[in-house]
This record gives sequence, structure tokens and C-alpha cells, in this order.
Amino acid sequence: MIQGNNLSTKIGKFIIYFIVISLGLVCLLPLWNIVAISFSSGEAVAANLVGLKPVNFSTKAYEMIMEDAQFWRSFSISVQRVVIALALNLILIVLMAYPLSKTKREFKSRNIYMNIIIFAMLFSGGLIPTFIVIRNLNLLDTIWVLVLPGAVPIFSVILIMNFFVGVPKSLEEAAIIDGASPLQILFKVYIPVSLPALATVALFSIVGNWNDFMTGLIYMTQVSNYPIMTYIQSLTIDIAELVRSGTNSDALQNIAEVQNRNLNAAKIVISTIPLLLIYPFLQRYFVTGIVVGSVKE
Amino acid sequence: MAENNLEAPIRGRKKDKKKAKLTYHAMLAPGMIFLLIFSFAPMFGIVMAFQDFVPAKGFFGSEFVGLEHFKYMFNLPDIGKVFRNTIVIALGKIIFGTLLAIVFAILLNEIRLKFLKKSVQTVVYLPHFLSWVVLSTVVINLFNLDGTVNQIMDFFGLEKINFLGSNTWFQPLLIGSDVWKEFGFNSVIYLAAIASVDPGLHEAAGMDGASWWRRVWHITLPGMLPIILLLAILSLPSVLDGGFDQVYNLYSPIVYETGDTIDTYVYRNGLVGRDYSFGAAVGLFKSIIGLILILSANNIAKKYTERKLF
Repeated sequence: MIQGNNLSTKIGKFIIYFIVISLGLVCLLPLWNIVAISFSSGEAVAANLVGLKPVNFSTKAYEMIMEDAQFWRSFSISVQRVVIALALNLILIVLMAYPLSKTKREFKSRNIYMNIIIFAMLFSGGLIPTFIVIRNLNLLDTIWVLVLPGAVPIFSVILIMNFFVGVPKSLEEAAIIDGASPLQILFKVYIPVSLPALATVALFSIVGNWNDFMTGLIYMTQVSNYPIMTYIQSLTIDIAELVRSGTNSDALQNIAEVQNRNLNAAKIVISTIPLLLIYPFLQRYFVTGIVVGSVKE
Repeated sequence: MAENNLEAPIRGRKKDKKKAKLTYHAMLAPGMIFLLIFSFAPMFGIVMAFQDFVPAKGFFGSEFVGLEHFKYMFNLPDIGKVFRNTIVIALGKIIFGTLLAIVFAILLNEIRLKFLKKSVQTVVYLPHFLSWVVLSTVVINLFNLDGTVNQIMDFFGLEKINFLGSNTWFQPLLIGSDVWKEFGFNSVIYLAAIASVDPGLHEAAGMDGASWWRRVWHITLPGMLPIILLLAILSLPSVLDGGFDQVYNLYSPIVYETGDTIDTYVYRNGLVGRDYSFGAAVGLFKSIIGLILILSANNIAKKYTERKLF
């Protein structure tokens, strides 16, 4: 901490506040720019007039989205995906983390399972073999392809396992004396005391599934099956065209959909709202998650 | 269990223990089945890297060609370039990302206004939670020829730069925008490390008249060093990750020279170009190096920091 009252400390403090606030603005302003664009008229956007304040304020972009069937189809696919994936992930995480949190004496095969899981985390078949397997399973263009390949988030399993290891043994022993089965112990003893940790992995799952566009890009052949991020990705500016034609405004003349830059900005804003709604929780639990997850032995 | 002699509860407990073990296996079964199908079956599918894989013939019917695809791969001028790009981009992200996160954490720790500190944290963590699909739009808005950055440069009489189409600028752009997205969130762990430094040391140094700089250099940084080292070691395996999401959303043929990474290369040639066996071979090569890196990182971490990844 900077202490004292002389001039150089004051200047030092000022410089520190200046840098920190600047870094904050550097993160905020570019994002705010997108919001301003979404509320501006198409012409103002195409002429690059929009900075931090909407130019020719208009909600037309948002009105147009209301009638965009594909946007809402993709949005709903992503909502369904998040819900299914969250349920599946949480169930599999707790079911796997509990036996793995036992010592080798309590559960002899524990280390074998652990090694299999760690190997699956460290090594992968790669993009192409995974694609072929999934295609052979006839999962292309189904919602299941968005959910099943990531059904076991191994990092989260290990995080929860570590948390379970720290749960006092006396709680479990009391339940055993009452004649509780492992499943009952898991749900009545372990899960209630692990809610903050479970919130962390739940949020990992929600954010990861909502933001993922690659799975949709690879496994969906029909645009109508795209989740929201893959759909938005397919709309955004054709960079090759943008780069080749030199200036943005020339490219804008060439590509019809880019005239709707404010429309795309509005789509981005709407697709980000679900994340902003849970952002207070994200900040709280991701922070604990990352500290616990990476410092744990 | 209802029997009244003394041995029954003991025998009952033994039986319970056996039953519990069975339950443990049953609890692990569903997850293991998912891993079998979606992790281990593709590992078996790696045989296709040694075949002339034809989808209609499958893994069992396709003809084996040995190391053909690997020989082909190592003779391509592209492949060295693609690996070099990936490593340069990934290393740049790790190094600059770590540096900025550390500096930011140290500076943020000096902020005494609680409200300001909280607001800044809220804002700088935000990009971490947004998809590159969203953030690439931000980057393009800022860095295209008519974008904000070029407008500012124009204002100062500087020549405009086509950042997205320049092989000089594309790698710095990828590194810079990734550092921008992640530095705030990466600072979380360094803030925790700073908080764990004994405040008594600072007080003692302050009494001895040590300046802020000297205290940061001799107390705060050494206190953070174990965490910095640990994270640096554990980031070693990610030097083969150029970041598919980011690169895919920002690159174009003009910058393949400097912007093409292993993942985008495999996607384009293996999947889109349907050169399945070749794509699998490149992917396998990456996976093996990745595995070696991760195991070494784990061993180094275990040896020097007494912590490990797994």
C-alpha cells in the first residue's frame, strides 16, 4: 500500500488510479460500442459514425429481430441445450465425484477409475476421429450432439471430488449408523454441504454451453439446427471480403447482410442478456472456483 | 438387521460395505459409458490416421497405408509454418497475459475506494465470460480500416493500417485481443496470492523507509512467485492451442501465412476438405506432443512447487 503524504506519493497514487480506471474503460467501452450500434440507424452505422452514443436513435433492429424466426429458433435450441446439459452434467458430476472421493481402502477400484478419467482428460482422439464416431452414431443435426459429447466435464468432476474429500467424515459416519445407503448419503449429506462448489460447476456448464459455437459449426449441417452462437457467427461480417476490398464501406456495398450491422449488433446484445442476468453469480462463484480449482493439491 | 444378537450388526455392516462398493461401481457406470463412447471410441478411431480412410468402408474396411500421411505431413511446407504460428501465438498470449494480469493485480490492490475497486473488477472480468463470436465483432469494429483505431491514427496523421489483413499485425492482434479478454479474470488468482502475503513484512519495510517500488519488488512479487511459477508451468501444455474460436472468427486467407494454427488447419483440410485421414494424422501428432508437454509440466510442478495438476 502506498503510504505517506508527500508529493511523489500523491503522484504515484494518481498514476495507479489512472491506469486501473483506464484498463476498466478499455474493457467496457468496446462492448458498449456494440450496444450503441444496435440502437443506431443502419446508415449511421455503415458510415462508422457511431461511437459511444447511438446516432439517430432507433429500435428498428430490435423490432426486426422480433420477426426473425431463425434467431428465436436458434435461441431456443441454445436454451434447451443449456438446460439438458446442465441437468446431465450435474447428475454425472456428483455420481462420479462421490465414489472417487473415497480412499483406496474404502473403494479398491478407485485409482483405476481415476486413471481412466485422467487419461481421458489428457489425451483425445482429435477433431476428425471424434467427428467420424459421432456421425456413425447418427447424432448429426440432433440436439444430443450439443450435449452428449460433453456430458462428463472431467475438470468439474475433479473439482467436486476434491470438495467431497474435504467434507468431515463424521457426517457420513452418522448417516451410515442410521442405515443410509451411499446414494442417500450423497444426496442428504454431501450435496447439501457442497452447494457453493456445485454452483461453480453449474455455471461452468451454463457459460460453456451457451458460448460454444464450434460444436454447432461441426456437427450441424442445417442452419435451422444451429445454436445461437453458431447462428450469429454465420451472420457476422465476411472478413475475407472486408480485408480484400480494403475499406469497410466498400465491403458494405458488396454484402447485403452487412448493411444490417446494427441488426447483428442487436442480435449480439440479446444473445448476451442471459449471461448478464447470471453475471453476479458468475463473478461470485467463478472466482472461488478458479482459486479452489487451480491451487488445490 | 433386526436380529438381537451381538454379531448381527457387524455382519450386517460388512454386507453393507460390499453393497456400498457395488453401488460405487454403479454410480460411476453412466459417466464411464459416456467417456467410452465420446472419448475412448475416438481414440480407437485414430487408426484412421494410418489408413486411407473412406467413410463408406469404416474403420474396419479402410485400407492401411502405414505412416504415409505422416510422411506427407512432414514434407508439407505448410505444417512447419502452422506449428510455428500456433506456438508463437500461444506463447505470446501466455507471456503477455501473465504479465498484464500480475501488474493489474498489484495496481488494483492499491485501490482503497471499495466502490471503484468493485466496479473495475466487474468490468474487467466481463470479457472472459463472452464468446469469441461476440468479441470478434468488437475486435473487427475497432481494427478494420474504417474502425475506431484507424480513425484515431488518422486524426494524429498516421497512416491507416489494415490490421486484419496484414501478416505483420495479425499475430499481435490475436495476442493483444486475447490478453484484453483474459487479463482481468487471470488477475483473480494473483490478487488472492497478494492477499496471502504477510502484511507485517510491508509494515516493517515501510518503517525502514522502503519505497513502494522496493516493497513491490522485494516483498509482493517474491510472495507471488510460487503461484506465478505454478501457473507458468501448468500453462506449458497450452502452447499448442492457438485458440480455435478466436482465430476462426478473425482470420481470412490473406493472413493464413501468420494466422493459421493447428486447429484451424485440421478443421479446414481434414473436415471441410474431407481429407479425413490426413486431418487425423495432424491431430494425432498434436495430441501426442500435447500429452508429453502435460506430463512434463505435471512432473516439473510436482518437483519444484510441491503441487500438481493431477
